[in-house]
Amino acid sequence: MSHTVLRLVVIAGFVFLYAPIVSLVIYSFNESRLVTVWSGFSTKWYGELLRDPQILGAAWISLKVAFLAACLATVLGTLAATALVRHGRFRGQTLLGGLVTAPLVMPEVIIGLSLLLLFVALDNALGWPGGRGLSTIVIAHATFGTAFAVVVIQARMVALDRSVEEAAQDLGARPLRVFFDVTLPGLAPALVAAWLLAFTLSLDDVVIASFVASPGSTTLPMVIFSKVRLGVSPEVNALATLVIATVSILALFSAWLSARRRGAGSGLSG
Amino acid sequence: MKRLVALVPVAWLGLFFLVPFLVLLKISFSEPAIAQPPYLPLLDWADGILTIALNLGNYIFLTEDPLYLLSYLSSVKIAAISTVLTLLLGYPMAYVIARAPEHRRGLLLMLVILPFWTSFLLRVYAWIGLLKANGIVNNALLAVGVIDQPLVMLQTDFAVYLGIVYTYLPFMILPLYATLSKLDADLLDASADLGARPGTTFLTVTLPLSLPGVVAGSMLVFIPAVGEYIIPALLGGPGTLMIGSVLWNEFFLNRDWPVAAAVAIVMVLVLALPIALLRRVQAREGERP
Repeated sequence: MSHTVLRLVVIAGFVFLYAPIVSLVIYSFNESRLVTVWSGFSTKWYGELLRDPQILGAAWISLKVAFLAACLATVLGTLAATALVRHGRFRGQTLLGGLVTAPLVMPEVIIGLSLLLLFVALDNALGWPGGRGLSTIVIAHATFGTAFAVVVIQARMVALDRSVEEAAQDLGARPLRVFFDVTLPGLAPALVAAWLLAFTLSLDDVVIASFVASPGSTTLPMVIFSKVRLGVSPEVNALATLVIATVSILALFSAWLSARRRGAGSGLSG
Repeated sequence: MKRLVALVPVAWLGLFFLVPFLVLLKISFSEPAIAQPPYLPLLDWADGILTIALNLGNYIFLTEDPLYLLSYLSSVKIAAISTVLTLLLGYPMAYVIARAPEHRRGLLLMLVILPFWTSFLLRVYAWIGLLKANGIVNNALLAVGVIDQPLVMLQTDFAVYLGIVYTYLPFMILPLYATLSKLDADLLDASADLGARPGTTFLTVTLPLSLPGVVAGSMLVFIPAVGEYIIPALLGGPGTLMIGSVLWNEFFLNRDWPVAAAVAIVMVLVLALPIALLRRVQAREGERP
Protein backbone atom coordinates (compact mmCIF):
# COMPACT_ATOMS: atom_id res chain seq x y z
CA MET A 1 0.00 0.00 0.00
CA SER A 2 1.33 3.38 -0.87
CA HIS A 3 1.66 6.06 1.75
CA THR A 4 -1.16 8.16 0.33
CA VAL A 5 -3.63 5.28 0.58
CA LEU A 6 -2.49 4.55 4.14
CA ARG A 7 -2.89 8.17 5.11
CA LEU A 8 -6.40 8.24 3.61
CA VAL A 9 -7.38 5.12 5.59
CA VAL A 10 -6.18 6.75 8.80
CA ILE A 11 -8.04 9.99 8.09
CA ALA A 12 -11.17 7.98 7.25
CA GLY A 13 -10.69 6.05 10.51
CA PHE A 14 -10.55 9.18 12.61
CA VAL A 15 -13.56 10.69 10.79
CA PHE A 16 -15.40 7.43 11.50
CA LEU A 17 -14.46 7.68 15.20
CA TYR A 18 -15.46 11.30 15.65
CA ALA A 19 -18.30 12.04 13.17
CA PRO A 20 -21.02 10.36 15.28
CA ILE A 21 -19.86 12.19 18.42
CA VAL A 22 -19.82 15.53 16.60
CA SER A 23 -23.29 14.84 15.16
CA LEU A 24 -24.65 14.25 18.69
CA VAL A 25 -23.29 17.60 19.83
CA ILE A 26 -24.54 19.58 16.79
CA TYR A 27 -28.06 18.18 16.90
CA SER A 28 -28.36 18.79 20.64
CA PHE A 29 -28.79 22.46 19.67
CA ASN A 30 -31.57 21.66 17.21
CA GLU A 31 -34.95 23.18 18.05
CA SER A 32 -36.96 20.35 16.49
CA ARG A 33 -38.15 17.37 18.52
CA LEU A 34 -37.32 15.25 15.47
CA VAL A 35 -33.64 15.63 16.42
CA THR A 36 -32.17 14.89 12.98
CA VAL A 37 -34.28 17.37 10.99
CA TRP A 38 -32.71 20.78 11.53
CA SER A 39 -35.18 23.58 12.25
CA GLY A 40 -33.11 26.20 14.04
CA PHE A 41 -30.63 26.78 16.84
CA SER A 42 -31.95 26.39 20.36
CA THR A 43 -30.70 25.49 23.83
CA LYS A 44 -34.16 24.58 25.07
CA TRP A 45 -33.40 20.85 25.42
CA TYR A 46 -30.72 21.67 27.97
CA GLY A 47 -33.41 23.47 29.98
CA GLU A 48 -35.77 20.49 29.64
CA LEU A 49 -32.98 18.19 30.76
CA LEU A 50 -32.23 20.18 33.90
CA ARG A 51 -35.93 20.20 34.81
CA ASP A 52 -36.37 16.43 34.39
CA PRO A 53 -36.56 14.99 37.94
CA GLN A 54 -36.15 11.38 36.73
CA ILE A 55 -32.85 12.16 34.99
CA LEU A 56 -31.54 14.32 37.84
CA GLY A 57 -32.39 11.67 40.45
CA ALA A 58 -30.73 8.93 38.41
CA ALA A 59 -27.68 11.13 37.77
CA TRP A 60 -27.24 11.63 41.52
CA ILE A 61 -27.43 7.87 42.16
CA SER A 62 -24.93 7.23 39.35
CA LEU A 63 -22.46 9.79 40.68
CA LYS A 64 -22.59 8.28 44.18
CA VAL A 65 -22.12 4.75 42.83
CA ALA A 66 -19.30 5.78 40.49
CA PHE A 67 -17.46 7.66 43.24
CA LEU A 68 -17.53 4.76 45.68
CA ALA A 69 -16.79 2.13 43.04
CA ALA A 70 -13.84 4.12 41.68
CA CYS A 71 -12.31 4.51 45.16
CA LEU A 72 -12.66 0.79 45.89
CA ALA A 73 -11.32 -0.15 42.45
CA THR A 74 -8.26 2.09 42.84
CA VAL A 75 -7.35 0.62 46.25
CA LEU A 76 -7.91 -2.98 45.10
CA GLY A 77 -6.13 -2.28 41.83
CA THR A 78 -3.09 -0.85 43.62
CA LEU A 79 -2.88 -3.89 45.90
CA ALA A 80 -3.25 -6.31 42.98
CA ALA A 81 -0.68 -4.47 40.85
CA THR A 82 1.79 -4.38 43.78
CA ALA A 83 1.41 -8.12 44.27
CA LEU A 84 1.76 -8.87 40.54
CA VAL A 85 4.69 -6.54 39.80
CA ARG A 86 6.70 -6.44 43.03
CA HIS A 87 6.32 -9.75 44.79
CA GLY A 88 8.10 -12.00 42.33
CA ARG A 89 6.58 -15.44 42.03
CA PHE A 90 4.05 -16.31 44.70
CA ARG A 91 1.37 -18.91 45.19
CA GLY A 92 -1.84 -17.74 43.62
CA GLN A 93 -0.10 -15.43 41.16
CA THR A 94 -1.60 -17.18 38.16
CA LEU A 95 -4.97 -17.07 39.88
CA LEU A 96 -4.69 -13.34 40.55
CA GLY A 97 -3.44 -12.70 37.00
CA GLY A 98 -6.42 -14.55 35.58
CA LEU A 99 -8.86 -12.85 37.97
CA VAL A 100 -7.76 -9.38 36.87
CA THR A 101 -7.77 -10.19 33.12
CA ALA A 102 -11.02 -12.12 32.78
CA PRO A 103 -13.44 -9.30 33.74
CA LEU A 104 -11.89 -7.14 30.98
CA VAL A 105 -13.32 -9.32 28.25
CA MET A 106 -16.13 -11.30 29.91
CA PRO A 107 -19.48 -10.34 28.31
CA GLU A 108 -21.41 -8.03 30.62
CA VAL A 109 -24.58 -10.13 30.56
CA ILE A 110 -22.62 -13.00 32.15
CA ILE A 111 -21.03 -10.81 34.85
CA GLY A 112 -24.40 -9.20 35.62
CA LEU A 113 -26.39 -12.42 35.81
CA SER A 114 -23.79 -14.32 37.86
CA LEU A 115 -23.38 -11.46 40.36
CA LEU A 116 -27.13 -11.16 40.78
CA LEU A 117 -27.39 -14.91 41.45
CA LEU A 118 -24.59 -14.58 44.02
CA PHE A 119 -26.36 -11.73 45.80
CA VAL A 120 -29.62 -13.68 45.89
CA ALA A 121 -27.85 -16.80 47.18
CA LEU A 122 -26.00 -14.79 49.86
CA ASP A 123 -29.25 -13.10 50.86
CA ASN A 124 -30.91 -16.47 51.33
CA ALA A 125 -28.02 -17.95 53.27
CA LEU A 126 -26.76 -15.00 55.36
CA GLY A 127 -29.33 -12.23 55.03
CA TRP A 128 -26.70 -10.06 53.35
CA PRO A 129 -26.61 -7.76 51.33
CA GLY A 130 -30.32 -7.44 52.21
CA GLY A 131 -31.87 -6.91 48.80
CA ARG A 132 -30.50 -5.03 45.85
CA GLY A 133 -29.65 -1.37 45.66
CA LEU A 134 -26.76 1.06 45.78
CA SER A 135 -24.39 -1.31 47.58
CA THR A 136 -24.83 -4.17 45.10
CA ILE A 137 -24.18 -1.83 42.15
CA VAL A 138 -21.09 -0.43 43.89
CA ILE A 139 -19.73 -3.95 44.48
CA ALA A 140 -20.37 -4.94 40.86
CA HIS A 141 -18.77 -1.80 39.45
CA ALA A 142 -15.79 -1.97 41.82
CA THR A 143 -15.15 -5.53 40.63
CA PHE A 144 -14.79 -4.78 36.92
CA GLY A 145 -13.29 -1.36 37.69
CA THR A 146 -10.48 -3.15 39.57
CA ALA A 147 -9.55 -5.09 36.43
CA PHE A 148 -9.13 -1.87 34.44
CA ALA A 149 -7.36 -0.10 37.32
CA VAL A 150 -4.78 -2.90 37.49
CA VAL A 151 -3.91 -2.45 33.78
CA VAL A 152 -3.24 1.27 34.27
CA ILE A 153 -1.38 1.00 37.61
CA GLN A 154 0.66 -2.04 36.54
CA ALA A 155 1.97 -0.21 33.45
CA ARG A 156 3.18 2.66 35.61
CA MET A 157 4.63 0.41 38.31
CA VAL A 158 6.74 -1.52 35.80
CA ALA A 159 8.17 1.79 34.55
CA LEU A 160 8.96 3.12 38.05
CA ASP A 161 12.62 3.28 39.06
CA ARG A 162 13.10 0.69 41.78
CA SER A 163 16.42 2.08 42.94
CA VAL A 164 14.70 4.94 44.77
CA GLU A 165 12.70 2.43 46.81
CA GLU A 166 15.83 0.40 47.46
CA ALA A 167 17.64 3.54 48.59
CA ALA A 168 14.85 4.31 51.07
CA GLN A 169 15.06 0.73 52.33
CA ASP A 170 18.83 0.96 52.72
CA LEU A 171 18.36 4.15 54.71
CA GLY A 172 16.25 2.16 57.14
CA ALA A 173 12.68 2.90 56.06
CA ARG A 174 10.26 0.10 56.80
CA PRO A 175 8.31 -1.44 53.85
CA LEU A 176 5.07 0.40 54.71
CA ARG A 177 6.92 3.70 55.00
CA VAL A 178 8.67 3.09 51.65
CA PHE A 179 5.31 2.35 50.04
CA PHE A 180 3.59 5.50 51.32
CA ASP A 181 6.54 7.89 50.99
CA VAL A 182 8.18 6.68 47.77
CA THR A 183 6.06 4.24 45.76
CA LEU A 184 2.70 5.93 46.14
CA PRO A 185 3.83 9.45 45.10
CA GLY A 186 5.51 7.89 42.06
CA LEU A 187 2.29 6.12 41.19
CA ALA A 188 0.09 9.19 41.70
CA PRO A 189 -0.57 9.98 38.00
CA ALA A 190 -1.54 6.36 37.34
CA LEU A 191 -3.76 6.29 40.44
CA VAL A 192 -5.64 9.37 39.21
CA ALA A 193 -5.96 7.87 35.72
CA ALA A 194 -7.15 4.54 37.16
CA TRP A 195 -9.70 6.27 39.41
CA LEU A 196 -11.04 8.31 36.49
CA LEU A 197 -11.25 5.23 34.27
CA ALA A 198 -13.16 3.24 36.92
CA PHE A 199 -15.39 6.28 37.51
CA THR A 200 -16.29 6.74 33.82
CA LEU A 201 -16.82 2.99 33.30
CA SER A 202 -19.20 2.90 36.25
CA LEU A 203 -21.01 5.99 35.00
CA ASP A 204 -21.50 4.24 31.66
CA ASP A 205 -22.66 0.76 32.60
CA VAL A 206 -26.19 -0.31 31.67
CA VAL A 207 -26.11 -4.08 31.49
CA ILE A 208 -24.54 -5.07 34.81
CA ALA A 209 -26.47 -2.39 36.73
CA SER A 210 -29.75 -3.60 35.21
CA PHE A 211 -29.17 -7.01 36.76
CA VAL A 212 -28.04 -5.92 40.22
CA ALA A 213 -30.11 -2.72 40.71
CA SER A 214 -33.49 -2.49 42.38
CA PRO A 215 -36.40 -0.39 41.07
CA GLY A 216 -35.46 2.27 43.63
CA SER A 217 -31.86 2.54 42.48
CA THR A 218 -32.13 3.15 38.74
CA THR A 219 -28.87 4.60 37.42
CA LEU A 220 -28.53 7.29 34.75
CA PRO A 221 -27.47 4.91 31.92
CA MET A 222 -30.49 2.72 32.71
CA VAL A 223 -32.79 5.75 32.31
CA ILE A 224 -31.03 6.80 29.09
CA PHE A 225 -31.27 3.25 27.73
CA SER A 226 -35.01 3.03 28.36
CA LYS A 227 -35.46 6.42 26.65
CA VAL A 228 -33.39 5.66 23.55
CA ARG A 229 -34.94 2.23 23.02
CA LEU A 230 -37.98 4.19 21.90
CA GLY A 231 -35.90 6.19 19.40
CA VAL A 232 -33.92 9.41 19.37
CA SER A 233 -34.62 11.97 22.07
CA PRO A 234 -33.41 15.60 22.02
CA GLU A 235 -32.92 15.50 25.80
CA VAL A 236 -30.52 12.58 25.46
CA ASN A 237 -28.55 14.56 22.85
CA ALA A 238 -28.23 17.44 25.31
CA LEU A 239 -27.16 15.05 28.05
CA ALA A 240 -24.66 13.39 25.68
CA THR A 241 -23.10 16.77 24.92
CA LEU A 242 -22.63 17.49 28.63
CA VAL A 243 -21.11 14.02 29.15
CA ILE A 244 -18.78 14.42 26.14
CA ALA A 245 -17.63 17.84 27.38
CA THR A 246 -16.95 16.53 30.90
CA VAL A 247 -15.19 13.40 29.70
CA SER A 248 -13.01 15.30 27.25
CA ILE A 249 -11.85 17.61 30.03
CA LEU A 250 -11.19 14.72 32.42
CA ALA A 251 -9.42 12.65 29.76
CA LEU A 252 -7.22 15.54 28.70
CA PHE A 253 -6.37 16.12 32.35
CA SER A 254 -5.45 12.48 33.00
CA ALA A 255 -3.51 12.22 29.73
CA TRP A 256 -1.59 15.33 30.73
CA LEU A 257 -0.89 13.76 34.14
CA SER A 258 0.43 10.50 32.74
CA ALA A 259 2.35 12.19 29.92
CA ARG A 260 4.05 14.60 32.31
CA ARG A 261 6.77 12.20 33.43
CA ARG A 262 6.61 9.55 30.78
CA GLY A 263 6.57 9.88 26.99
CA ALA A 264 3.68 8.51 24.96
CA GLY A 265 1.80 6.14 27.23
CA SER A 266 0.79 2.58 26.73
CA GLY A 267 -2.39 0.83 27.71
CA LEU A 268 -5.65 2.54 28.44
CA SER A 269 -4.20 5.28 30.59
CA GLY A 270 -3.28 7.38 27.58
CA MET B 1 1.99 -8.00 55.25
CA LYS B 2 3.17 -9.17 51.85
CA ARG B 3 0.54 -11.90 51.94
CA LEU B 4 -2.19 -9.46 52.85
CA VAL B 5 -1.44 -7.29 49.81
CA ALA B 6 -2.22 -10.17 47.45
CA LEU B 7 -4.91 -11.68 49.66
CA VAL B 8 -7.29 -8.69 49.65
CA PRO B 9 -7.70 -8.43 45.85
CA VAL B 10 -7.73 -12.22 45.46
CA ALA B 11 -10.47 -12.47 48.09
CA TRP B 12 -12.53 -9.65 46.55
CA LEU B 13 -12.26 -10.88 42.95
CA GLY B 14 -12.69 -14.47 44.12
CA LEU B 15 -15.90 -13.66 45.98
CA PHE B 16 -17.39 -11.30 43.39
CA PHE B 17 -16.07 -12.79 40.15
CA LEU B 18 -15.15 -16.46 40.62
CA VAL B 19 -17.76 -17.60 43.16
CA PRO B 20 -20.60 -16.07 41.07
CA PHE B 21 -19.63 -18.49 38.27
CA LEU B 22 -20.07 -21.42 40.64
CA VAL B 23 -23.46 -20.07 41.69
CA LEU B 24 -24.31 -19.62 37.99
CA LEU B 25 -23.33 -23.24 37.34
CA LYS B 26 -25.44 -24.39 40.29
CA ILE B 27 -28.54 -22.46 39.25
CA SER B 28 -28.21 -23.77 35.68
CA PHE B 29 -28.89 -27.25 37.11
CA SER B 30 -31.87 -26.25 39.21
CA GLU B 31 -35.51 -26.47 38.38
CA PRO B 32 -37.43 -23.30 37.53
CA ALA B 33 -40.31 -22.54 39.91
CA ILE B 34 -42.85 -19.84 40.53
CA ALA B 35 -41.26 -18.68 43.74
CA GLN B 36 -38.97 -16.04 45.19
CA PRO B 37 -36.24 -16.59 43.93
CA PRO B 38 -37.70 -18.41 40.90
CA TYR B 39 -35.87 -21.74 41.21
CA LEU B 40 -35.86 -24.80 43.48
CA PRO B 41 -32.85 -25.66 45.67
CA LEU B 42 -30.45 -28.34 44.43
CA LEU B 43 -29.94 -29.78 47.90
CA ASP B 44 -32.79 -30.72 50.11
CA TRP B 45 -32.46 -31.96 53.69
CA ALA B 46 -35.57 -33.54 55.09
CA ASP B 47 -36.05 -36.33 57.68
CA GLY B 48 -32.34 -37.03 57.70
CA ILE B 49 -32.27 -37.70 53.96
CA LEU B 50 -30.21 -35.53 51.68
CA THR B 51 -31.66 -35.27 48.19
CA ILE B 52 -29.64 -33.79 45.39
CA ALA B 53 -31.81 -32.85 42.44
CA LEU B 54 -29.52 -32.26 39.47
CA ASN B 55 -31.79 -31.03 36.73
CA LEU B 56 -30.35 -31.31 33.23
CA GLY B 57 -33.63 -30.07 31.81
CA ASN B 58 -32.38 -26.55 31.16
CA TYR B 59 -29.53 -27.80 28.96
CA ILE B 60 -31.79 -30.27 27.16
CA PHE B 61 -34.19 -27.41 26.58
CA LEU B 62 -31.40 -25.43 24.88
CA THR B 63 -30.90 -28.24 22.37
CA GLU B 64 -34.61 -28.73 21.70
CA ASP B 65 -35.49 -25.20 20.64
CA PRO B 66 -33.46 -24.28 17.51
CA LEU B 67 -33.57 -20.61 18.61
CA TYR B 68 -30.67 -21.17 20.99
CA LEU B 69 -28.32 -22.98 18.60
CA LEU B 70 -29.09 -20.44 15.87
CA SER B 71 -28.42 -17.57 18.29
CA TYR B 72 -25.04 -18.98 19.34
CA LEU B 73 -24.02 -19.53 15.71
CA SER B 74 -25.28 -16.12 14.65
CA SER B 75 -23.49 -14.38 17.57
CA VAL B 76 -20.20 -16.07 16.71
CA LYS B 77 -20.68 -15.16 13.02
CA ILE B 78 -21.52 -11.51 13.75
CA ALA B 79 -18.63 -11.22 16.23
CA ALA B 80 -16.17 -12.89 13.81
CA ILE B 81 -17.10 -10.70 10.83
CA SER B 82 -17.00 -7.56 13.00
CA THR B 83 -13.58 -8.59 14.34
CA VAL B 84 -12.19 -8.98 10.80
CA LEU B 85 -13.64 -5.60 9.79
CA THR B 86 -12.19 -3.97 12.92
CA LEU B 87 -8.81 -5.52 12.12
CA LEU B 88 -8.91 -4.25 8.52
CA LEU B 89 -9.52 -0.70 9.73
CA GLY B 90 -7.46 -0.88 12.91
CA TYR B 91 -4.27 -2.35 11.44
CA PRO B 92 -3.47 0.51 9.02
CA MET B 93 -4.31 3.02 11.75
CA ALA B 94 -2.03 1.35 14.30
CA TYR B 95 0.68 0.99 11.63
CA VAL B 96 0.64 4.67 10.71
CA ILE B 97 0.57 5.78 14.37
CA ALA B 98 3.54 3.50 15.16
CA ARG B 99 5.47 4.93 12.19
CA ALA B 100 4.52 8.56 12.93
CA PRO B 101 7.16 10.98 14.24
CA GLU B 102 7.69 10.54 17.98
CA HIS B 103 6.16 13.89 18.97
CA ARG B 104 2.94 13.21 17.08
CA ARG B 105 2.38 9.64 18.34
CA GLY B 106 1.08 10.72 21.75
CA LEU B 107 -1.57 12.94 20.21
CA LEU B 108 -2.70 10.30 17.70
CA LEU B 109 -2.94 7.62 20.40
CA MET B 110 -4.89 9.99 22.58
CA LEU B 111 -7.32 10.59 19.67
CA VAL B 112 -7.85 6.82 19.48
CA ILE B 113 -8.43 6.47 23.23
CA LEU B 114 -10.62 9.53 23.78
CA PRO B 115 -13.83 8.01 22.32
CA PHE B 116 -13.30 5.01 24.61
CA TRP B 117 -13.67 7.38 27.58
CA THR B 118 -16.90 8.80 26.18
CA SER B 119 -20.00 6.85 27.06
CA PHE B 120 -20.33 3.57 25.15
CA LEU B 121 -24.13 3.83 25.35
CA LEU B 122 -24.19 7.35 23.94
CA ARG B 123 -21.80 6.42 21.13
CA VAL B 124 -24.10 3.57 20.09
CA TYR B 125 -27.06 5.94 20.41
CA ALA B 126 -25.37 8.40 18.03
CA TRP B 127 -25.72 5.84 15.22
CA ILE B 128 -29.52 5.78 15.59
CA GLY B 129 -29.61 9.45 14.59
CA LEU B 130 -27.21 8.80 11.72
CA LEU B 131 -28.81 5.67 10.29
CA LYS B 132 -32.58 6.04 10.73
CA ALA B 133 -34.93 6.61 7.78
CA ASN B 134 -35.03 10.40 8.25
CA GLY B 135 -31.58 10.40 9.82
CA ILE B 136 -28.48 12.42 9.05
CA VAL B 137 -26.93 10.05 6.47
CA ASN B 138 -30.17 9.56 4.53
CA ASN B 139 -30.92 13.30 4.59
CA ALA B 140 -27.46 14.08 3.26
CA LEU B 141 -27.65 11.45 0.50
CA LEU B 142 -31.15 12.61 -0.51
CA ALA B 143 -30.02 16.26 -0.57
CA VAL B 144 -27.05 15.42 -2.82
CA GLY B 145 -29.32 13.33 -5.02
CA VAL B 146 -27.44 10.03 -4.77
CA ILE B 147 -30.66 8.26 -3.75
CA ASP B 148 -34.38 9.03 -4.20
CA GLN B 149 -35.60 6.75 -1.42
CA PRO B 150 -34.13 6.64 2.09
CA LEU B 151 -31.95 3.56 2.61
CA VAL B 152 -32.98 1.09 5.28
CA MET B 153 -29.91 0.94 7.52
CA LEU B 154 -31.18 1.00 11.10
CA GLN B 155 -32.47 -2.26 12.58
CA THR B 156 -30.35 -4.38 10.25
CA ASP B 157 -27.33 -6.65 10.78
CA PHE B 158 -25.31 -4.02 8.90
CA ALA B 159 -26.00 -1.51 11.71
CA VAL B 160 -24.87 -4.10 14.28
CA TYR B 161 -21.57 -4.68 12.43
CA LEU B 162 -21.06 -0.93 12.22
CA GLY B 163 -21.83 -0.48 15.92
CA ILE B 164 -19.38 -3.20 16.99
CA VAL B 165 -16.56 -1.97 14.73
CA TYR B 166 -17.15 1.56 15.94
CA THR B 167 -17.21 0.90 19.68
CA TYR B 168 -14.46 -1.73 19.80
CA LEU B 169 -11.95 -0.09 17.41
CA PRO B 170 -9.73 1.29 20.23
CA PHE B 171 -9.41 -2.23 21.73
CA MET B 172 -7.98 -3.40 18.38
CA ILE B 173 -5.65 -0.45 17.77
CA LEU B 174 -3.97 -0.35 21.20
CA PRO B 175 -2.47 -3.89 21.29
CA LEU B 176 -1.57 -3.60 17.58
CA TYR B 177 0.21 -0.34 18.25
CA ALA B 178 2.02 -1.92 21.22
CA THR B 179 3.58 -4.66 19.02
CA LEU B 180 4.12 -2.49 15.93
CA SER B 181 5.91 0.25 17.87
CA LYS B 182 8.36 -2.33 19.30
CA LEU B 183 9.20 -3.57 15.81
CA ASP B 184 12.89 -3.17 14.99
CA ALA B 185 13.21 -0.75 12.04
CA ASP B 186 16.57 -2.33 11.11
CA LEU B 187 14.74 -5.52 10.13
CA LEU B 188 12.64 -3.59 7.63
CA ASP B 189 15.75 -1.85 6.23
CA ALA B 190 17.55 -5.18 5.96
CA SER B 191 14.61 -6.67 4.08
CA ALA B 192 14.54 -3.69 1.69
CA ASP B 193 18.32 -3.80 1.20
CA LEU B 194 18.07 -7.45 0.24
CA GLY B 195 15.73 -6.43 -2.54
CA ALA B 196 12.29 -7.16 -1.10
CA ARG B 197 9.53 -4.90 -2.31
CA PRO B 198 7.50 -3.03 0.37
CA GLY B 199 4.57 -5.45 -0.04
CA THR B 200 6.87 -8.46 0.40
CA THR B 201 8.54 -6.89 3.45
CA PHE B 202 5.13 -6.28 4.98
CA LEU B 203 3.90 -9.82 4.40
CA THR B 204 7.12 -11.61 5.42
CA VAL B 205 8.47 -9.37 8.20
CA THR B 206 6.00 -6.85 9.63
CA LEU B 207 2.85 -8.98 9.65
CA PRO B 208 4.38 -12.13 11.25
CA LEU B 209 6.11 -10.04 13.93
CA SER B 210 2.91 -8.19 14.77
CA LEU B 211 0.91 -11.42 15.07
CA PRO B 212 0.70 -11.27 18.91
CA GLY B 213 -0.93 -7.84 18.60
CA VAL B 214 -3.30 -9.14 15.92
CA VAL B 215 -4.37 -12.05 18.15
CA ALA B 216 -4.70 -9.92 21.31
CA GLY B 217 -6.66 -7.16 19.53
CA SER B 218 -8.92 -9.65 17.77
CA MET B 219 -9.74 -11.50 21.00
CA LEU B 220 -10.39 -8.22 22.84
CA VAL B 221 -13.03 -7.46 20.19
CA PHE B 222 -14.38 -10.96 19.53
CA ILE B 223 -14.99 -12.12 23.13
CA PRO B 224 -17.17 -9.26 24.38
CA ALA B 225 -18.84 -8.92 20.96
CA VAL B 226 -20.21 -12.49 21.18
CA GLY B 227 -22.18 -11.57 24.31
CA GLU B 228 -23.02 -8.01 23.25
CA TYR B 229 -26.48 -6.85 24.28
CA ILE B 230 -26.69 -3.04 23.93
CA ILE B 231 -25.65 -2.86 20.26
CA PRO B 232 -28.16 -5.42 18.90
CA ALA B 233 -30.85 -3.97 21.21
CA LEU B 234 -30.42 -0.44 19.85
CA LEU B 235 -29.20 -0.97 16.26
CA GLY B 236 -30.30 -4.51 15.36
CA GLY B 237 -33.63 -5.57 13.91
CA PRO B 238 -36.09 -8.31 14.79
CA GLY B 239 -34.04 -10.71 12.63
CA THR B 240 -30.79 -10.03 14.47
CA LEU B 241 -30.14 -13.09 16.62
CA MET B 242 -27.59 -12.61 19.36
CA ILE B 243 -27.15 -14.77 22.43
CA GLY B 244 -26.71 -11.75 24.75
CA SER B 245 -30.24 -10.63 23.85
CA VAL B 246 -31.56 -14.17 24.33
CA LEU B 247 -30.06 -14.32 27.83
CA TRP B 248 -31.46 -10.86 28.66
CA ASN B 249 -34.96 -11.85 27.53
CA GLU B 250 -34.89 -15.18 29.41
CA PHE B 251 -34.03 -13.30 32.57
CA PHE B 252 -36.02 -10.08 32.34
CA LEU B 253 -39.04 -11.10 30.23
CA ASN B 254 -39.52 -14.83 30.86
CA ARG B 255 -38.08 -14.64 34.39
CA ASP B 256 -36.60 -18.10 33.78
CA TRP B 257 -33.41 -17.78 35.81
CA PRO B 258 -32.22 -21.41 35.41
CA VAL B 259 -32.45 -21.30 31.59
CA ALA B 260 -30.72 -17.88 31.58
CA ALA B 261 -27.95 -19.43 33.71
CA ALA B 262 -27.63 -22.39 31.34
CA VAL B 263 -27.40 -19.98 28.36
CA ALA B 264 -24.61 -18.12 30.21
CA ILE B 265 -22.69 -21.32 31.07
CA VAL B 266 -22.75 -22.49 27.44
CA MET B 267 -21.57 -19.00 26.40
CA VAL B 268 -18.63 -19.26 28.81
CA LEU B 269 -17.76 -22.66 27.28
CA VAL B 270 -17.92 -21.17 23.76
CA LEU B 271 -15.62 -18.33 24.89
CA ALA B 272 -13.19 -20.52 26.90
CA LEU B 273 -10.88 -21.12 23.92
CA PRO B 274 -10.64 -17.45 22.81
CA ILE B 275 -10.07 -16.38 26.45
CA ALA B 276 -7.29 -18.97 26.87
CA LEU B 277 -5.71 -17.72 23.63
CA LEU B 278 -5.80 -14.13 24.88
CA ARG B 279 -4.26 -15.11 28.24
CA ARG B 280 -1.42 -16.90 26.44
CA VAL B 281 -0.59 -13.98 24.18
CA GLN B 282 -0.74 -11.54 27.09
CA ALA B 283 1.41 -13.74 29.35
CA ARG B 284 4.05 -14.01 26.61
CA GLU B 285 4.00 -10.27 25.99
CA GLY B 286 4.43 -9.76 29.72
CA GLU B 287 7.60 -11.87 29.76
CA ARG B 288 9.26 -9.83 27.03
CA PRO B 289 11.11 -6.71 28.21
